Amino acid sequence: MIQPKNKLTHLDNELHKLKAESIKMWALVLKQLHKSRTSLVNIDKDLAREVILSEKRVNAFELKIDRDCEDIFALFTPVAVDLRFLLAVLKINMNLERTGDNAETIAQSVVDLPAHFDRKLLEITRVVEMFDQANIMISDVMHAFDKEDTLIARKTFKKDDLLDEINDNSTAIITEYIASNLDKNLTGQALYIYSIIRKLERVGDQAKNIAEEIIFYSEAKVLKHQPKGKKSGLDE
Amino acid sequence: MENTVLKAEDFNAYFGQNQILKNIRLEIRKHQVWAVMGPSGCGKTTFIRCINRMHELTAGATVSGSLKLYGEDIYKMNPVLLRRKVGMVFQRPNPFPTMSIYDNVISGYLLNHIRLTKAQKDEIVESTLKRAALWLEVKSTLHKRGTFLSGGQQQRLCIARALAMNPEILLLDEPTSALDPISTAKVEELVYELKSEYTILIVTHNMQQAARVSDRTAFFFLGELIEQDDTKVIFTNPKNEKTQNYITGHFG
Repeated sequence: MIQPKNKLTHLDNELHKLKAESIKMWALVLKQLHKSRTSLVNIDKDLAREVILSEKRVNAFELKIDRDCEDIFALFTPVAVDLRFLLAVLKINMNLERTGDNAETIAQSVVDLPAHFDRKLLEITRVVEMFDQANIMISDVMHAFDKEDTLIARKTFKKDDLLDEINDNSTAIITEYIASNLDKNLTGQALYIYSIIRKLERVGDQAKNIAEEIIFYSEAKVLKHQPKGKKSGLDE
Repeated sequence: MENTVLKAEDFNAYFGQNQILKNIRLEIRKHQVWAVMGPSGCGKTTFIRCINRMHELTAGATVSGSLKLYGEDIYKMNPVLLRRKVGMVFQRPNPFPTMSIYDNVISGYLLNHIRLTKAQKDEIVESTLKRAALWLEVKSTLHKRGTFLSGGQQQRLCIARALAMNPEILLLDEPTSALDPISTAKVEELVYELKSEYTILIVTHNMQQAARVSDRTAFFFLGELIEQDDTKVIFTNPKNEKTQNYITGHFG
């Protein structure tokens, strides 16, 4: 984005501030995801409620970053890499906000879980493993953004394979579980876990979207709608 | 009130019977950069020439209303003393052609017969050329004529000349319209750096420049001050339709 210079211009300073603000939002979203995961693993409804309450901070960040981008567009009419950076930040901002929403929805599911949760559901669906991978992906793209490292960004696409695998298997697993445990309470729990898996799959998508934007602004390459192998730079 | 550097209240300016400025109300605070923009003939240059009383040098030029510098009516001040407090940089770089770079910087003191020791002169020259981001480029050629410099360097020399008198407000009248893009960028960066120490008013017909360098923007049209606000607001959500039409390029 900005090549190291002895002296930064006014625009450079504004873009640096915007980047710092984006990283702060990212850190908050990651914290939300981690807390959601812990609340699920421990069925900690109080922790889940904390996540729900903190969601408005994520929203406030989104609004501020959108406004900051608007101001920079209006005042500086940036071009080239600076323009791409701003366009990327706008989209990353939106994806991070949605990731925050997903963390909140997962936390809400934890709060709503019926009593006497069957921990077997966590094991057979591998939802915790999926959660860990999704969190790693969001963390990786944050580092890629911070360091302007498109190699890290590209590795995100392959990591989504695990999320796809767990998601794809979840329907059959949950169906079998429900069929084997004809109990309204257990069926309810299974459906909540199914919903959480769907949300985590979306978090994976958001991480990939962010990776695409990082590559776009750094390399001016548009990877949207490209096959996965082409995005990661690996042959499939 | 100490923070108010310049205040215009119901200020009008005329060339003969022709009213150029109509009921201007404006308050400029310390360490702000104000951009004054508008289409040709809107009165923006006349406005700043009223501030350092160059307007009245034209035959038939008159004013009414109030224009105060730190609470003092500028039309009751000695114009020579006023012009020490109000630095001015013009569109065309105009270093004094017979003077060296060194003498150009301290020309305000020379022409006003203010005596300085050699050490004081050296200190003023070095510090103001540093503030004007020109010192490194000219420190070994201070004895050379100012006119030997490039256009952009000459303009920064003129800014240094104005800064040397420690003005209370610095007026820049389209300071980059005669410069190439690189020199323009250097002067704009200089304005951005100077605002921590000075109060600056820049007249520009370049909207993007107004957006880039200023904190506050005043939009003039046909002698009237149509809108004034934070520059961010003017360029993202102006209140007046005329302002919106101007900045979106629909007239002017």
